Amino acid sequence: MTRSTRKVLEFGIERLLFVCAAASVLVTAGIIGVLAFETVEFFREVPILSFLFGTVWTPLFTDRQFGVLPLVTGTMLVSAIAMLVALPAGVLSAIYLSEYAPAPVRRVVKPALEILAGIPTVVYGYFALLYVTPLLQQVFPSLAAFNALSPGLVMGIMILPMVSSLSEDALHAVPNGLREGAYALGATKMQAALRVVVPAAFSGISASFILAMSRAIGETMIVAIAAGQQPRLTLNPLVSVETMTAYIVQVSLGDTPSGSLEYRTIFAVGMLLFLMTFALNMASNWLRRRFREVYA
Amino acid sequence: MSTRQSRKTGDRLLQTMGILVLVLALVSLGALIQDVVSDGWGRLNWQFLTSPPSRFPEAAGIYPQLLGSLYVMLLTAALSLPMGIGAAVYLEEYGGGGRWARIIEVNIANLAGVPSVIYGLLGLGLFVRGFGLGPSVLAGGATLALLVLPVVILSTREALRTVPMSAREGSYALGATKWQTIWHQVLPGALPGIFTGLILAMSRAIGETAPLITIGALTYIPFAPTGLDSRFTVLPIQVYNWVSRPQAAFAENAAAGIIVLLVLLLTMNAVAVVLRDRFQRARA
Repeated sequence: MTRSTRKVLEFGIERLLFVCAAASVLVTAGIIGVLAFETVEFFREVPILSFLFGTVWTPLFTDRQFGVLPLVTGTMLVSAIAMLVALPAGVLSAIYLSEYAPAPVRRVVKPALEILAGIPTVVYGYFALLYVTPLLQQVFPSLAAFNALSPGLVMGIMILPMVSSLSEDALHAVPNGLREGAYALGATKMQAALRVVVPAAFSGISASFILAMSRAIGETMIVAIAAGQQPRLTLNPLVSVETMTAYIVQVSLGDTPSGSLEYRTIFAVGMLLFLMTFALNMASNWLRRRFREVYA
Repeated sequence: MSTRQSRKTGDRLLQTMGILVLVLALVSLGALIQDVVSDGWGRLNWQFLTSPPSRFPEAAGIYPQLLGSLYVMLLTAALSLPMGIGAAVYLEEYGGGGRWARIIEVNIANLAGVPSVIYGLLGLGLFVRGFGLGPSVLAGGATLALLVLPVVILSTREALRTVPMSAREGSYALGATKWQTIWHQVLPGALPGIFTGLILAMSRAIGETAPLITIGALTYIPFAPTGLDSRFTVLPIQVYNWVSRPQAAFAENAAAGIIVLLVLLLTMNAVAVVLRDRFQRARA
């Protein structure tokens, strides 16, 4: 091969690789494009304010109303329960693994947590509906067969590994000098951990919280299986609710003709879901980058 | 004296709470597995693996779903791997912190956080309706390929970073061009890492349910797919279908399906670990 063909080839390959990388931007553009296209069509028929602030969601009934708030509160309720489990548990386990645990314990526990994170969500749905809900019904006899509590708790277990491992990374990145300084001043391990290391890693830990929240909001199969399909404006965790994601699944199960208003509702709901998770992901990335800058 | 005692108590308390939380998490994992196995073990036999689903729970099986999962996974791997590796090589070896590279990096980080059901809507709007592919194997594989693309890119980049700079420099010193260096030195060195990333991506894809339901893959399909344009359904969707029926016998089928799914996942990960070990030993 002559030198000039070699040069052309090198250039061509670099362009080709650039196209591969740039294609990922097209995926984002595709997501926004598809969602925006159907959502705009949707808002031609349904006023945007009555969608965002309406309190009744009955798009599949004859008396159709498109107030998305019941789906949003349902999503928030389940996610909040999940976060109540995953946050304290995740941070406590991260502190233990990073500051106390001997190396052999870490070597066993961390892969076990990864297994927890790798189980398909449909399996967690099965677990929530057929194991956790009956178990909880022995404690709360008024608990409905479909409810927010059980999927919330199970989702908390599912995102625990994520909070734990990201928080542990943040704790681990805190320079040892800070710990040693605390010990030199007479601090115990606990004092060093809680008053020096955790505050120092705070933005990294918050980044893991926000990312976990985004995961919880977007989680679909657990709630589609175990939370029910009744869009209800309630904060009662014992009754059946419907989340935004579960609604998308519910409509997809039926044979909704494309172009109909029902078909477009899932894109409007999807757009709202996308914007919520997008904002959370951006915030989390920003926090993590700031944290990395501090200790780089 | 009492202060020293209380100082130690605090330490012990924090440690105990940490251990307690971890034990609780592992106990839930144990309960989940125990529950699934005790519900589904009785249904697991050759007939279950080789029969199509049925209205009668005791005659039902998962054969078309199993093959559907296999088809979709192969397609997902075939579509996402070249693109993901290409993107990763560009960002690691060429990108060099330019403005475009930064935009692409932020974009990939964001894509990794997009809920999977949104990818389903993308697949529905773009592949199923836009390109007119219908709820076919091709539409499903393409949808999941986009879903796992960030995983492939991120893990390939990690793998490329583990190749020592000296390998590249040695190659340049011998007169190799950039691409020759990447092709003959960097990529072979990163292969075990890339492979592990691929398995990671496939483990994600095999369990994905929501995006495939969204593109319309929940239907009664008695036959295995025959080509890219066949309609299909996959194992986790069949599990969902069985879970959402009230009869206890179907719940047993769902549990048996879950066991198969978990065994597949476990096997894939074991293969990844073994192969990575072998690679590492060969190169050491």
